[in-house]
Amino acid sequence: MAHEHKLEIFRGLLKFKSNTQKIWGVLIFLSIVTAIEVVLGITKPAILVENSFIDMKLLNWIFIILTLVKAYYIAWDFMHLRDEKSSLRRAIVWTPIFLVSYLVFILLFEATYIYEVFKEGFLAWNF
Amino acid sequence: MDTTVVTENEENVWGGGNRPLGASYGKLMMWFFIVSDALTFSGFLASYGFSRFKFIETWPIADEVFTHVPFFHGNYPMIYVAFMTFVLIMSSVTMVLAVDAGHKMMQKKVVLYMFLTIIGGAIFVGSQAWEWATFIKGDYGALETKGGRILQFVQADSGARAAITEFAADLPEERVQNTRDKGVWFTDEASLTTVSLNEVVEGFKANPNILIRTETINEEGEKTLLNREESLAKLTDAVRVVEGANLIRNEYGSRLFADFFFFITGFHGFHVFSGVVINVIIFFNVILGTYQRRGHYEMVEKVGLYWHFVDLVWVFVFTFFYLV
Repeated sequence: MAHEHKLEIFRGLLKFKSNTQKIWGVLIFLSIVTAIEVVLGITKPAILVENSFIDMKLLNWIFIILTLVKAYYIAWDFMHLRDEKSSLRRAIVWTPIFLVSYLVFILLFEATYIYEVFKEGFLAWNF
Repeated sequence: MDTTVVTENEENVWGGGNRPLGASYGKLMMWFFIVSDALTFSGFLASYGFSRFKFIETWPIADEVFTHVPFFHGNYPMIYVAFMTFVLIMSSVTMVLAVDAGHKMMQKKVVLYMFLTIIGGAIFVGSQAWEWATFIKGDYGALETKGGRILQFVQADSGARAAITEFAADLPEERVQNTRDKGVWFTDEASLTTVSLNEVVEGFKANPNILIRTETINEEGEKTLLNREESLAKLTDAVRVVEGANLIRNEYGSRLFADFFFFITGFHGFHVFSGVVINVIIFFNVILGTYQRRGHYEMVEKVGLYWHFVDLVWVFVFTFFYLV
């Protein structure tokens, strides 16, 4: 099982000498991303909270994108997906992405509809 | 050779020898499990999103709920969860290092890194237990209205939250907990709250510095504060005192919030716990030299995959429960 490790991240921008070094490099990157998330979560900059894109605050978009970035590096470098065959990698990654985005799309739309019903309909729940 | 398909290197496809994906059977099955478990967690998080979008104007603000750090008093939103996240990422790193040492057949190093991983997992599970205990205990207390909405209290001058036990009047009343043997038609009730509804209401009337905060989130993204008259009017809707959280009601706001908290972080915590147990088993196998004799440490790699998956899920739980 001792196949070769691919030792570069950020599309070859950062090259590591050994697998151990790459692991520490990824840890530092993940820690920085988490720190950015926490700082943004505590300070909540007004610009990011007041403006929104497709019905969601910019701050929340940043959180979700940073989460996906973290998930990518955990899966690619810690779970060694980078070293697997591309067919295995695609089967693992695209199946959940397809199913989950479908589910999320449906549920959030339905929830928004129910919210409208609760708000506009002749139904009292907030008393 | 008869009718079965053969590959270039003359391996029998049905014997398990052919590996089109370049991964062993065990590793492939671990990936199968991880993908299906990821879908389970996605289902939970998506239903959390559903309930949240449904009650988008009244959902509790996580920053105001998770504000405690062990051994420190005061208001530190997110700090402790960030610490937990870091612990889990760190234990993920020691796990990869163990896998890496396994590839190089360095038994001593695998033992060391597996040990550190187990410690990290234990710290995380302990932290989560503490989070739960704090969440269940609650801190300020609140009133619940007829419609099941939560009314919280705020000090008018400082804007800080007011605990119901601080301002509740001390009334000479006797409260008896309803038990099945004494109750009406064999019903019982949960343990009595530290102050009664009457005491909170009277205390509120006697203390002009206290205002009510409703669940509704205003345009600034904060909970709506009622003025004194509105507060007194709202107070007549209150039917019970709520302290802390359980599966039925909680003092933080929407009932579903606590349910999802218990369910999602509980299910994740259960995964971490099983991960620690599996890691311990593999740890002892490594010490005994099982994999050294077997000639490869693939088993460490497989539990490693599971362990990283638990970390991966936490990254999402952290975002959707605590940040967004």
